This record gives sequence, C-alpha cells and structure tokens, in this order.
Amino acid sequence: MDYFFTEEQIMIRDLARQIAEERVVPVRAELDEKEEFPRDIMKVIAQADLFGLFVPEQYGGLGKGAVELCIAVEELSRACLGVSTSYAANALGTFPILLFGTDTQKNTYLPDIAAGKKLVAFGLTEANAGSDAAGIQTTAVKDGDDYILNGTKQWITNGSEAEIYTIIAMTDKAKGARGASAFIVEKGTPGFTFGKKEKKMGIRASVTCELVFDNCRVPKENILGKEGMGFIVAMKTLDQSRIGVGAQGLGVAQGAFEEAVKFAKTRIQFEKPIISFQAIQHMIADMAIEIEAARALIYSVARFIDSGAKDITKPSAMAKTFATDIGMKVTTNALQVMGGSGYMRDYPVEKMMRDAKILQIYEGTNQIQRNVICQNLIKEFSRMK
Amino acid sequence: MKIVVCIKQVPDTAEVKINPQTNTLMRDGVPSIINPYDLHAIEAAVAIKEVMDATVTVLTMGPPQAEVALRESIAMGADEAVLLSDRAFAGSDTWATAYTLSGALKKLGFDLIFCGKQAIDGDTAQVGPAMAEFLDIPHVAYVSKINSISDTVVEVRRMMDDGYDVVETSVPVLFTVVRELNQPRFASLKGKMRAKNAQIRKLTHADIELDEKDLGLSGSPTQVKNIFAPEMKKERVVFEGKPEEQVTELHNVLKSVKCI
Repeated sequence: MDYFFTEEQIMIRDLARQIAEERVVPVRAELDEKEEFPRDIMKVIAQADLFGLFVPEQYGGLGKGAVELCIAVEELSRACLGVSTSYAANALGTFPILLFGTDTQKNTYLPDIAAGKKLVAFGLTEANAGSDAAGIQTTAVKDGDDYILNGTKQWITNGSEAEIYTIIAMTDKAKGARGASAFIVEKGTPGFTFGKKEKKMGIRASVTCELVFDNCRVPKENILGKEGMGFIVAMKTLDQSRIGVGAQGLGVAQGAFEEAVKFAKTRIQFEKPIISFQAIQHMIADMAIEIEAARALIYSVARFIDSGAKDITKPSAMAKTFATDIGMKVTTNALQVMGGSGYMRDYPVEKMMRDAKILQIYEGTNQIQRNVICQNLIKEFSRMK
Repeated sequence: MKIVVCIKQVPDTAEVKINPQTNTLMRDGVPSIINPYDLHAIEAAVAIKEVMDATVTVLTMGPPQAEVALRESIAMGADEAVLLSDRAFAGSDTWATAYTLSGALKKLGFDLIFCGKQAIDGDTAQVGPAMAEFLDIPHVAYVSKINSISDTVVEVRRMMDDGYDVVETSVPVLFTVVRELNQPRFASLKGKMRAKNAQIRKLTHADIELDEKDLGLSGSPTQVKNIFAPEMKKERVVFEGKPEEQVTELHNVLKSVKCI
C-alpha cells in the first residue's frame, strides 16, 4: 500500500532501513544474547541526524513530526525492538522538554539531544506506581533555590546510558495527582545514582535500570512547567509518545512476517513448499491484513497528531493498543508458521516474539489504554446529549 | 587545508558486461554506485574535516549521470562536487583518465588527494598513482591508517603483503586507501537534503585547458584487443598411503605451488 509519503519522508525511511539492515540486523542476536546496549548503533543513528527528527530546526533538529518519527521507529523495529526501544525512549524523555521547557531549558538541552550527543530517559514508574501513576513516592522538597529529590524510579529505559533525565516527583503529597512536578536531572548530579540493572525477557539490547535519588539537589530552574504540573507533563508526554510504541508493534510485525514468508517459500514438507498449503496461506494472508490495518491506523493517527489536533489521547491510545496487539499476534503466528525452526535462536523470530510482549505493557498497558479510550468515549457521548 | 576526493561511479555488480565491438564497459541497465573503496576515501576526508580546518571537494570524471554519485558524496559530508564530463573524454584508458583528472586537479587546487585503492569494475589501481605522477607530487598507496596529520606533514600506514610500512610524507600528497582505513558513514538526513539542491560544478576539456588529442581514445596508449574472464584451472589430487606419508606429500605439493 502507498501511504503517500513525501520525498523527505521516503528519504527518512530509506536511511533508517539502511541503518537497520546494514548495522542492526547483523548484530541483533549478539546484542540480545549479551544484553548489550547498542552504543555503536546509537552513534550511527546520531550521525544520520535521526535523533533530531522531531526537534525544531532552531535547536538543530529537522523539525519533523509524528509521521517521520513513526517511519524511523517502524524501520528500526523491523530489525530489532531492543534498538528501537533505546531510540524511542529518547523521544519519550525529550517530549517533556519540547512540550513544557522554557526557552532556556530548550536552548540548554535540545541541541545536544538533536545531535545525538546526549541520550535522554523518562522517569515516571516506581515499584508502587505503575498503571496507578498517582502512587509515586519519590519526593521533591523545596529548599532555597533547589529541590531535594529522594526516592527510587524503577524500570527506566536508557537508565545509566542517558545523560539527561526527565523525572516526575511529588512536591506536595497531600494534593495527590496535583502535587506532582517534573524535573530535568542530569547524570552526575550528586545524590543521583543507578541501581539494579534489570534482566528482561526481551528487548535485551535496551538497558533498563533503577534511578536512585538520595538527597539529590536539583536547581529550581530545572522544573518543567510549574510546580504541581507533573501529571499533566507526564500525560501529555505519553499522548505524544504512544504512537511511537504503536510503530514499534507495526515494525516488529513486519519483520516477523517477512521472515515467515521467506521460510514458508523454502521449507519443503510433503514434497512442496509449505506456502502452497492453505493452512499456511491463510495465516500469512491474515498477518498481511493485520499489518496493513495497523499501518493504516498508525499513519492516520500520526498525521492527525501532526495536524496540530488538540485532543490526541484517544486516537493515540487506539493506535498503540491495536498495533502492539498486532505486533504480539503476528510475531506469535510467524513463529508458528516456522514451526520448530521458528522456536530456535538460529532464526530471529523467537526474539521478535519475546521482544513484542513488552509493547503491550510499557508506556501504559493495553488494558489501561482501553480504560483511557472508554473514558474518552463516555465523555464524548455525554456531550452529545 | 583543501582536500579533493576522486571517486568513480561503477556498475553495482561484479558481472560487468563488455561491449565486444569497443571493448568498453556496457553501463546500460546496471544500477550505479560509488566505487566501494572510494567511500572509504570520502570518509577519510570528511573525518579530517571534523578535526581540523578543511574543505572537501569530490571530483569525478564520467558521463552526466555520475552526478548522482557526487550528490551522494555531498550527503556524506563533502562541501562541493565537480563533474568532469565531455565527449572528448570518452574511451579513456587509465593513462588518459589520470592525465585528464590531474588537469582538473591543477585547476581546482589541492593539499590532499584521496582515492580508493582501485575501482571494482576495472580493478587496475593505476589511476591514483598515475595522477600523482602527472601532478609531480608524492603518493602513498594502500593507506590503512592515518597516524597523524598537520597542514604540512602526514604520517600514514601503508598496507603491504607482509605487514605494513609507516610512511611520513610532506603535503601536497595523494593517498589511495583500503577498506581497513575506516567505516564509511551513512549519509545524514541534513546531508541528503543539502545534496538534493547542491550545485554541481561542471568542467569540460576546455575548462581544464587540455589538448583534445591527449584525451579520450586518442590520448590512450592502451588499445584493448579483447577482454575475457581467465579460465579457472582446477586439479584434484587424492593422496594415498599412511597419514604421515599423505601429510608429507601434501606438504611437498603446497611448497611446490608456493602456498607455504
């Protein structure tokens, strides 16, 4: 299907695809096996200007939007979700600065982010604050010209590799959700260290670890938005980034699908390639339909976001949910088409299936997305009366 | 420092077809790429630009469609590109090609010249060194590492069959480079956007003030009579006897064909 990408969008797609095929595919199994952060690949991505895709031109970026980000994420995800998670989490960490940063904050941080000199991470999740983000226990107490942060963030993608962290902490616990604030914290700030590095089922090339704040002093200039706006910062950020997770689901589905078709054309059983059997044909046709539907939804929603639409929560949640469910379903079925071979590490599909699972969980589980979608529907329907 | 990289656009296949009438390359229908060794030459130049004050000009001699290769070079980080194109250049052998390119290089000016060690279509590895001779400057072929560089002196490693030489040379100088030198970068998005609208400077034989009789076929001392793939000779020998005897025999054979 033709999605009528512009010449520049095709340029972005081709470049991301070239990086994925030439630099990611040859090493993805090894990165997965060794649970190794892809620093060299991040450098290549930086040199290609892909970190600057969605950063405005005045800060050294390319000033593109959700469509372009999705294109790059889809292509990288087709090769390796571990790599694309490291890339997309950078966008996730950057959105708070883009959306709520002051001119000074933007001038300080965005040029290095756009150039890929500094990686970014977003710190919201805690041991007792997952789907229930209001359970945050990390505190930020005002002390003169500083805030003093205490607490532990859990499962933070790019943790320890990133130089810049956007952190949500409670400035006033009594106010609940309205008592949260967002801060920019730089690596190396005294009192800010890294805890346990997680061992994961999939996306093992991406690094996930704890962020530990122990009387960490952050200057008050580093607050994003105003005190008490932390939840708005987090929610608006997730509204922007969710579509990227959808694009990851789309990309991994495409990658697994291609492997399954290649395999089915060459695997001989009963003296015929297995693709000649209707049971396999139907599975492959279903995968193709599902991928195309996911792609259509992803790029429609991305274009809707880029149109400057105000309320993007529901469509972005829909795109994330649908495309990541498809990612899980297609990787599972692609493996099934490949049978025993698919289950072996000689082929990339078992890794794709392990990797795909996280997409239904992170940046809001698909169950939470459905809650969000229905809450919005209830609002829309009550307005209709 | 002015760096010029000489590149060649080549067919993207090892299966080059030859026109039996003219014994020249048939380019029609074969996708073209920058000669892979030349990508390492471009990378070397662009990497120098990142650490010192330098400009990178990419030069190619070829048909008008070679412009595509030049735009790709700009996307990789070259500052400007020059296309040397003229009917008078058609049918050039390595001598005439080197002579023509050296004429353009005199016109453009240079401190460092980088070339790939050879092109994957002709495989002669002659044009680089020959240009240095026409320009009367030193050259170092098969450069695998640049140890140090200043505006006046460069120290490089030259790959040899049995190891490497460390060569110090004055500037101006011409280098031909091997794959081991570096890993060519991908074109950046900003580079690609710049390349799309970049002006490609075009030069003809009149611009570089060379006599037409010294160019193209008439300037080429080599006359190609025939081109063919060498026949592969395969011999199969099965050694018999005790393992020790077989090993001795194998050792003798390998020695006689100078494998060991």
